[in-house]
Amino acid sequence: MIGKYVVRFAALGYLTALLAAPLGYVFWRTFRHGLGPAWAAVTTPDAVHALKVTLILTAIAVPANTIFGILAALAIVRHRFPGAGIFNAVVDLPLALSPVVVGLALLILYGRGGWLGGHGVVFALPGMVLATIFVSLPFVVREVVPVLREIGTEQEQAAATLGASTVQTFTRVTWPAIRWATAYGVVLTTARALGEFGAVSVVSGRLAGKTESLTLYVQDRYQSFDEVGAYASAVVLALIAVTTLLLMTMLKPKEETR
Amino acid sequence: MIEAHGIVKRFGDFTALDGVSVDVPTGSLTALLGPSGSGKSTLLRVIAGLETPDEGKVVLEGEDVTRVAPQERGVGFVFQHYAAFKHMTVWENVAFGLKIRRRPRAEVKQRVSELLQLVQLARLGDRYPAQLSGGQRQRMGLARALAVDPKVLLLDEPFGALDARVRKELRLWLRRLHDETHTTTVIVTHDQEEAMEVADCVVVMNAGHIEQTAAPRELYDNPANEFVMSFVGPVNRLGDTFIRPHDVELLLEPNGSTQEAMVQRLVHLGFEVRVELVRDDGETLSAQLTREQVEGLELQAGQIVYVRPMRQTIFAD
Repeated sequence: MIGKYVVRFAALGYLTALLAAPLGYVFWRTFRHGLGPAWAAVTTPDAVHALKVTLILTAIAVPANTIFGILAALAIVRHRFPGAGIFNAVVDLPLALSPVVVGLALLILYGRGGWLGGHGVVFALPGMVLATIFVSLPFVVREVVPVLREIGTEQEQAAATLGASTVQTFTRVTWPAIRWATAYGVVLTTARALGEFGAVSVVSGRLAGKTESLTLYVQDRYQSFDEVGAYASAVVLALIAVTTLLLMTMLKPKEETR
Repeated sequence: MIEAHGIVKRFGDFTALDGVSVDVPTGSLTALLGPSGSGKSTLLRVIAGLETPDEGKVVLEGEDVTRVAPQERGVGFVFQHYAAFKHMTVWENVAFGLKIRRRPRAEVKQRVSELLQLVQLARLGDRYPAQLSGGQRQRMGLARALAVDPKVLLLDEPFGALDARVRKELRLWLRRLHDETHTTTVIVTHDQEEAMEVADCVVVMNAGHIEQTAAPRELYDNPANEFVMSFVGPVNRLGDTFIRPHDVELLLEPNGSTQEAMVQRLVHLGFEVRVELVRDDGETLSAQLTREQVEGLELQAGQIVYVRPMRQTIFAD
């Protein structure tokens, strides 16, 4: 019995020290002088623009990686093709590679004098979109692959013998089985896209009011000694992330947790 | 009528089916019997269209369906591990094929309730597969396959994952169901008792080819070769001759045509007793006697008896 409490206390203590305390501190610093200054800080034109940029990046990267993720997972689990092993490993590359390296690679590839350079990719929104997609790529794949492996192919074969076309089999049999794995992958992808700093920082050029995402804006404010601006923007980021998590938890039906 | 002609199926270097031909008459219940790896499941999946044969053709009711997708073949398939749609209720599972065919709602409703009645799951329609026992899940699988009025019903080790008692119950029930519906049925099994009990005709398979096709009794009485003989029932092998344990007679006195043996062990199986014997040349054999016979002979372990084969088989090479 005592052992159980020790474990719980250790786990909670670890979480508090590393997660809750810093986050709480950010909230405290933001609202120390009341709501007014915080609200003013996040409604400046640059802050609003940065939020918009972040939302655009996320709105493009998440659907793109969700569709890619499901297709890639189906390919990895259901089809044998030459180079499948390498493909499976490459999907994990964004997790292993430092985002700064990714940014630099994009810069070299699309920047002035690069192989694909000179098309307004670098130091503009397209480059930031590419960077965001790249770093948030593996999450849906990694959530869906084990579920597909576990359900096997028999249900799909059964659907086929009952007359279901490939599309009907996917929508009626496969999709309901991978739905929640996909949703969890989407949450992780969203969190990664919202929070991406390194890769976007390199390719964006960090032009305030133009190519500054919210994470970049937070650093920009902090370095300009605008403490409230930095903390308030950080709180906005945290709130979006928490909302995404809550939405998924609320939408998830009880039968799935049984 | 299901006709498979010269089916060859290879998986890499492994030849699962090596030119197999089989005819299943309309309205019959045929069993594909064989050890694992004999190709029986592969043959069933080729008939269903779940595997494409490398050579040969499949003809269903006169139509060559070798290149036809499983969706278009009009077969019902029952899987060993049920393949239940986990996120659907029992009712939705059974209704699946009908909904795909866009049948009117009233018809779907009526057909599904009929089928649930037939498989004795009428009260469990709104349960999920996870809330059913294995036997119930497989009955649901059968109802789901029957819902679309398949031309042929194909069952791949349907009772293989169930415990012995449920397996026997479902076997009898399947036979009764077949006697009512007369759907042309092929059942794959590795259990010779199951094949003999349920089927009109048994196809014995081994290592990718057919050893013998015959009615259960014919198969038992006149096995085509050593493999069939030893696969469809217990057998003693003494040199070149094969003797069923129930064809071994035990005497207390020698009579010229008998051989001496010692009783090693008596195994009581209820009405029957298996007597394990060892001859003086070291060969072992077993005899199957009734309890009365054992009591009449007052058999004991260690006792010397005289063995007389009542019926033996020798296969010419």
